[in-house]
Amino acid sequence: MHHRPDWDRFRDLLIEKLVFISGLASIVFVLLIFAFLLKEGIRTFAEVPAADFLLGRKWYPISLPPQFGILPLIAGSVAVTVGATVFAVPLGIASAIYIAEVAPPRLKEVLKTGIELLAAIPSVVIGFLGMIIVAPFIGKTFNLPTGQTALAGSLMLSLMAMPTTVSIAEDALTAVPRRYREAALALGATHWEYIYRIGLRAAAPGILAAVMLGIGRVIGETMAVMMITGNAAQIPHSLLQPVRTMTATIAAEMGETVRGSEHYSALFAIGIVLFIITFLVNLVADVFLHRSRGTT
Amino acid sequence: MNSNAKQKIAFTLLMLTTVVVTIPVLLIVGVILKHGVGALSWDFLTTPPRHGMREGGIFPAIVGTLCLVVGAVVFAVPLGVLAAIYLNEYSKENLLTRLIRLAIINLAGVPSVVYGLFGMGLFVIFLKFGSSILAGGLTLAVMNLPVIITASKEALASVPQSFREVSLSLGVSRWQTIRHIVLPNAIPGILTGIILEVSRAAGETAPILFTAAAFYLPGLPNSVFSQVMALPSHLFAISTQIPNIGLEMRYGTALVLLGLVFGVNFFAILLRARLRRRKKW
Repeated sequence: MHHRPDWDRFRDLLIEKLVFISGLASIVFVLLIFAFLLKEGIRTFAEVPAADFLLGRKWYPISLPPQFGILPLIAGSVAVTVGATVFAVPLGIASAIYIAEVAPPRLKEVLKTGIELLAAIPSVVIGFLGMIIVAPFIGKTFNLPTGQTALAGSLMLSLMAMPTTVSIAEDALTAVPRRYREAALALGATHWEYIYRIGLRAAAPGILAAVMLGIGRVIGETMAVMMITGNAAQIPHSLLQPVRTMTATIAAEMGETVRGSEHYSALFAIGIVLFIITFLVNLVADVFLHRSRGTT
Repeated sequence: MNSNAKQKIAFTLLMLTTVVVTIPVLLIVGVILKHGVGALSWDFLTTPPRHGMREGGIFPAIVGTLCLVVGAVVFAVPLGVLAAIYLNEYSKENLLTRLIRLAIINLAGVPSVVYGLFGMGLFVIFLKFGSSILAGGLTLAVMNLPVIITASKEALASVPQSFREVSLSLGVSRWQTIRHIVLPNAIPGILTGIILEVSRAAGETAPILFTAAAFYLPGLPNSVFSQVMALPSHLFAISTQIPNIGLEMRYGTALVLLGLVFGVNFFAILLRARLRRRKKW
């Protein structure tokens, strides 16, 4: 090869171009996703005014005439997300503190592995167990006609939000500069006083990001909620009622629609709404994450 | 109450919370093992379902999942690793780089079912691949691109800058330095990322529901344009769409899926542990 340096240089150049193009792939795919959601879903917004679509209280996609109001679906997603957040955030942050600050190194590794495995459990398996065990239990405990409720969804989804919340909050706590701790301890604070008064505050932006990313995970979760929230497109008055989320609606109804029909494009329109929501949630999380890095 | 007593109470509470958070993993594994292990047999793993999927095995679903995972890896790994090389070795801190980073974050946050819609719109309909291994594999690949890029970028960043400087100062070109010095040292880290992608791709249901998965197909796929059964979609189907099916069939399927995903994850964890011990710089 040494006698053909020109070819070598040409090949290197070619590869570097390829590397650059691959670097752009993420941008290309984000644009492609949005473009194809628009391509298939835009029809809905031409036929149903955006306000009626977002705020309409009736999702009757196959009655005559069909009605495409996704407020009940948004309410379902919100109910499940709020429920899951209420469980996952305090527990997740407390575990993050324990793992980052208190646990001895060996135990720390074990706990982190456990959290990682929790994250690896496929959502359909979580949904399956929720269906077989958790939902019937909730039904019996609260004396409900069905245990497949927003509460069942919230409980199972909090399990899925937990790993994200714990690992990012733990990172944020670990990233607090050592000198903060040393200064606090030198002034006579106990370890707990340091954590409570200084560590948590210094890590606050990162912890907020952890919460946001956990929420993002829950809003987008599909299979588990479809299997355990009862699939009733209604605006819930409590967590003990069945709901239907935006994600579950897409997954459950796409198989039954005719390609190109109004119903079909309405499901893509829900996809557009979801895409925009998760984009905003992740954007906010990223802003917090950058701020938390900026403090050091 | 003095500060030390307060600390004791706080730490105990924190520990209890952590136990509450980690116990579900053990419970989930325990329950599925307990009820599923009875279903496991050579027949269950190697024969197709029979009698409206109420009996028989899950062989086509295992094969289908393997095909989809291979598809996802084949497409996502080269693209993801090259993208990571660009970000870590070539890019400068400018608007383009920030946009790429934002795009990666956004890709990582897009709901799995939206990936399903996208895959259906682009691969199944627009490119006319139909519901197939190809379309499903590509959809999973796009979905897992952020995982590969992030893991590979971290692996590349952990290779000391001095390695590059020595190579460059000897007159070796930039790409040759990356190819022969940086990449070989980053391979284990990249591999960990790939293994995690495999585990995620194997467990995903929503993205393959409209791009690859068949409800029931006794035969095996014969080309990349074949529709396939897959373990997660099979578990979903027999859990929600088939009345009066034995619990054991469902637990058995869940056990095989969970076993596959956890097995792959353990492999990644071991690899990472070895990597940490071996690192000499």
